[in-house]
Parts: sequence; C-alpha cells; structure tokens
Amino acid sequence: MSAATEDAVTEAPAVEAVPKRAMTLGLGTSLAVLAALVIAPLFVKNFIIFQMTMLLIYALAVLALNILTGGSGQFSLGQSAFYAVGAYTSAILMEHVGMNYALTLPIAGIICFAFGFVFGQPALRLSGVYLALATFALAVAMPQLLKLGFFEHWTGGVQGLVVTKPDAPFGLKMSQDMWLYYFTLAISIGIYVASVNLLRSRSGRAFMAIRDNEIAASAMGVNVALYKTLAFGVSAGITGIAGGLGAIAVQFVAPDGYTITLAISLFLGMVVGGVGWLPGSIVGSAFIIFVPNIAESISKGLSGAVFGVLLFIVIFLVPHGARQVAIVAQQLIGKLRKG
Amino acid sequence: MSATKRLAVLSAAFAVIAASSSGALAQKKYDTGASDTEIKIGNIMPYSGPASAYGVIGKTEAAYFNKINAEGGINGRKINFISYDDGYSPPKTVEQARKLVESDEVLLVFNPLGTPPNTAIQKYMNSKKVPQLFVATGATKWNDPKDFPWTMGWQPNYQSETQIYAKYILKNFPNAKIGVLYQNDDYGKDYLKGLKDGLGSKTSMIVLEESYEVSEPTIDSHIVKLKSTGADVFVNITTPKFAAQAIKKNAEIGWKPVHFLNNVSASVGAVMKPAGFENAQDIISSAYLKDPTDSQWKNDAGMKAWNEFLDKYYPEANRSDGGVMFGYTVAQGLVQVLKQCGDNLTRENVMKQAASIKDLQLGGLLPGVKVNTSATDFAPISQVQLMKFKGDTWELFGEIMSGDVGG
Repeated sequence: MSAATEDAVTEAPAVEAVPKRAMTLGLGTSLAVLAALVIAPLFVKNFIIFQMTMLLIYALAVLALNILTGGSGQFSLGQSAFYAVGAYTSAILMEHVGMNYALTLPIAGIICFAFGFVFGQPALRLSGVYLALATFALAVAMPQLLKLGFFEHWTGGVQGLVVTKPDAPFGLKMSQDMWLYYFTLAISIGIYVASVNLLRSRSGRAFMAIRDNEIAASAMGVNVALYKTLAFGVSAGITGIAGGLGAIAVQFVAPDGYTITLAISLFLGMVVGGVGWLPGSIVGSAFIIFVPNIAESISKGLSGAVFGVLLFIVIFLVPHGARQVAIVAQQLIGKLRKG
Repeated sequence: MSATKRLAVLSAAFAVIAASSSGALAQKKYDTGASDTEIKIGNIMPYSGPASAYGVIGKTEAAYFNKINAEGGINGRKINFISYDDGYSPPKTVEQARKLVESDEVLLVFNPLGTPPNTAIQKYMNSKKVPQLFVATGATKWNDPKDFPWTMGWQPNYQSETQIYAKYILKNFPNAKIGVLYQNDDYGKDYLKGLKDGLGSKTSMIVLEESYEVSEPTIDSHIVKLKSTGADVFVNITTPKFAAQAIKKNAEIGWKPVHFLNNVSASVGAVMKPAGFENAQDIISSAYLKDPTDSQWKNDAGMKAWNEFLDKYYPEANRSDGGVMFGYTVAQGLVQVLKQCGDNLTRENVMKQAASIKDLQLGGLLPGVKVNTSATDFAPISQVQLMKFKGDTWELFGEIMSGDVGG
C-alpha cells in the first residue's frame, strides 16, 4: 500500500482535532453537574433512580468509545461485544462462582482490556471505515457466540442468566436502587477523572498525535502500533466495566440484550454528545435512553421514524453535538458578563 | 327468657354478624392501578426490532380493550391499556416494566412477549408482587407457581407439543427412524427437548438432528441430508418461511416420510398455500386456536364474532396473521379474570382468580379446548388436538390431548 492511498483511507473527517483542554468541563461546571447527580436521587422515585443508573452506565460505555474515536481516531462499531463480555463476566462470576459484585467489575475490566488489546492487533492493519466494518463483524458475531452450546453451561445459552441485585452494605438504610446508583456514580467519577488524566498524559498526547496524523506521529517517535492497540484495550476495558454494572442493574444477561443495535446506539450517543468531548458522553447517553421513549410517546407505530427525524434534526442543527451547544452557551455567558 | 326465645335471639344475632361480614366481603378493595372507574393494565411488546412482527398482538389487544370499554367496561370500570415497546431487548424490557409498575402504577403487567424479555423481568415482578399475567411465550418454565407465584403462562408450551408427537409416534410407528430439523435457538431447542423427553428410552429412534440458522436463505441442503439418512418420520421444527420451503423441497426430491409440522407453522395461508396444497397432503400437526385462513371455520360462531370485532375495531388487521387471533383470545382470557375479580381488584385476588379458571371456552379456541388453571397449574391452555392436512384444510382427528409440563 502506498503512502498516498493509506492516507486517503485513514482520513476521518468526522473526527476533527480537539485540543485537549477543550475535552473537559471547567471546574465550576463539573462540580455543579456532580452536585446535581449526587442530590437528585433523594427526591425521585426508584424507577427514575434506575433510569439514572442506566444513564451513568451507558455514559461510561459512550465515554469508552469517545476515548477510542475522539482520542485515538479509531472507529468501532463493536462496543456491544465488549459490553457483553463485561456483562457476562460479572454475571458468571456472581452467579456461578458466588463472588462479590464489586470484585467482579475489575475482573470484567481486565478481561475486556485483554480482549480489546488482542482484537486491536489485527485491527492495526485496518483503519477508517474498514476498521469500523471489522468491529461491526465482532458485534454481529457476539450474540451467536454467547448462544453456543459449548459455553451454555456458563452462559445459560439463549435463556441467559438471572443476576441477584446487591443490597446496600454496612446496614445502610437505602433502597437497592439508590445504593446501586451511588455505587455506579462513584465508579463513573473515578473512570471519568482517570480518562481525563489519561488524555492529558503522555499516552493521551500519543493517542491524539496518531489521530491527527499517523505518519507524523510515528516520525516523532510514537509507537503507533502499541498506542493504537492500547487505546483499543482501554476502551474495551471501560466498556466491560460498564457492561458488568449494566448486568447488575438490569439483573439479567441474555444474548438478545447485546446485539448490534446496542453498538450503534453507543456510536450514536458519542456523535450526539460530541466526538472527543468527554462530558458529552452523559448527554449522548441521555439521548439514547430517553429519546426513544419520547419518540414512542409521540407515535407507537412510527416510533422508529420519529426517532429518525429527531436524530436528523439534532445532527442537522448541531453537527458537533452537545459540545457545540456547550461552546455557544459559554460564549453567551461570556458576553453577558462583559455587557 | 325461654329457651326457644333465647335461641331465636341468638340466631338473629348470628344472622346480623353473618350479614355484616358478607357486607365487608362485598366492600370494594383496590390495589394500585384499580379504582371505581378504571383498571390500569400494563403491557410490553416488541413494536420495533427483530421481532416486530409480533407487535400486532399488542395492537389487537388494545383494539379488543377498546371494544370492552365501548361496551361499558368490566363491572363498570374502563380498561386503561398502557403498552410499551421494548424492541425485544431484555434490558429495555426491565426499564419498561419498572416504568409500568413504579411510574404508571398499573395493576398488573399482561402478556409481555418473548422468552428472554420475560425472563429478565420475572424476578422483579415477583419481588414486587405484581402479576406478570399470561406471558406470550411458549417456553416451558412459566408454569412454576411455587417459585414464581406472580407469573403465569398462557399458550400450550413447546415441549408438551412435541411430547404429544412423540407419544403418537411411539404408538403408531414404533420402529420409525426419525429425522429432525430444528431452528438453532431457544424455540427450536425447547421443541427438541420435548421430543426427546417424550421418546424417553427410545431416543435412539432419532437418526439425525439437523439444525439451521434463521439467517440461512434456504434449507434445501438440510432436507437432502435428512433424506439420505433413510428416515421415515420427519419432525419439522421450523418457522413459517422455512416450513414452506421444507414441504416444497420434500416433494421436489420425492421424500415422503410421515411429516410432523410444529404448530408455529400450521397456518394454511402462510405455509400450506405457498408450499402448494398438493405437496402438503397428510402432514400431521396440532393446534389449539382456530386458523382464520382455514375454510372449515367460515360459518363458525366464534369466528364470526372475531370477524365482526375486527371489522369495527381493527379493520386494517391482516386476518391471516396468527398474532391477531392470539391477541384476541388472550385478551378475552384477561377480561374473564377481571370479571371474576368483581369489586376485589387487589393483585392477590387477580392471581387467585387467574388460578381458578374452570373449563373456560373462548371463541378462538378449537372446540373442546378449554382454559383451566389451579393453584398448582399455571399453564392455562395445555390441550391441543392433532390434525392432518387434507385437501385445502386441516382435518382434526383423535381426541383432545393434554401435555402438561411443569417448569
């Protein structure tokens, strides 16, 4: 492959260079969002708390994709596969091995990291749309692999596995839902802070150098192969933790829960939240959880079409997603202060 | 006071007590989701996604409850039917079930569809003690009142159907060589298990278990392979499209085994006609619902009522779609349960009444098939009748057979 054609393939116009400081929120805004996330569950029903837990879980998965695509410029439509591996790891360890739910999460993360890292090796030869297709294949294959008779003893085959929901520890007087929410929130904050720091570190700069221009990056001494696979591994690991949390929150894993639709939803969440803008992950996650419900309330028979129209409007009006909205808002506030 | 007088006073007092206590019984009792004017019923259907063809069941049910409301409701109460889409994705089912129970506050969740979605919410529904009534899946595990007293099935389950075929094979073809074709998923495997359980120690009669994937465009090669084993009984566990292909291919290559076709694909309009009537002669299947595309029910009273209902409340329905008859019948089942509840609309009483249906006959069920439940039998419909394809219609034969299988 000549350098010229390779360049044409790597080019990914959807991912524009995002300066690393623009990847996060200011301290004040972060604290305000955090406060809202901490206080809100005290005033709402358990069902809403459950939805907020799912919001955080999908936000983690979107964040993971954001590190991969926004950070290192690689596409993936296979996130649902990593999510499924994480979910099944947690579920199997909890139900068959009897392990504590909190301990299953790091294991899910490590297994998915390894899985992602290994998958990243052949993916090295591919880029752009070709990589997207290769990961797509992974997402399509995963539900069927989970159904295989060979694994059935562990995975429960098509019937799936039912997971027991944990109670609040230390005798805390808190509903299961609320405990799980705060548990998820703590993990999410940890992963978010770590991700921000990762992207600000030497490795993060290497990711972005690869994203912006692979040849220039390698000329500057960045080990392109290592960092590309590393990005895959980190992304898969975080997705796996999200999957594990998802299994605990939903209390059930089955192949039908992790189809290609999930992978596309996560991709959608990333685009709506703003590619490369980590705080946007939660906005994207809110979009993929709540907008289908809104679409359904508008028209049951045409919910898919309504969802499509809403998505189209969002992409048309704010092509850079929530990041664009945030920037405009910031400018407005700045003007108001001056005026 | 004389003895007789004392007795009279005493009995009068008893009468008063009895009257007041029966008065207390007649008092209206409600759980969340029921009131003097309304009963809230939740439902979850795959209106989108890979199983969206089944969404028609939810639409038929909604139409049927519209009819009930237009005719004055149940004991004066209107049904408020809230149906959500889960896209056949279990995590979404959990979200929707929780929304129904905790946010919409329904009295019960009725007829949610699919084995994985129902498995996902079973534990939750039972811990919340909200009825998960008449689930729309043929899996065998729903008949388990001991562990899941708030979950009840509806249709005859897959395993009992193939058990009935196995019984029939053992009796009529004791030396048969059986070839099985099944879809490689939960539905196919459930059927296959029923067949093997039914054959018991004679499972060696099965000479080949051949599976196919839903994604395969055609199953011709599997049929050729089955023929080459020399099997003389063919158990065909396939969904409609593949069933029609199999029947056609059988005729094409001149393989004429005794052909058992699962009830899933017993539709005249969707399978037999496209496969060609001449190719489908003498196929054996079983049924519990009347097939609207079968001409023998043209003048049947139950079928006429069904047609009138569709004309008025759901005119755009595709009448050859099996889901329409299914939704209609199960909705009638629910209306019966709610009628039995009277003014005691607690969740506990709903389950109690659902578990005490006796010989209920519904217009869409085959003559002789009755709905029966008890505190230990959570499989409402467990009877089917064998039938053989003759001319352009199914001919019922033999007696109604029962194949209750516990979960």
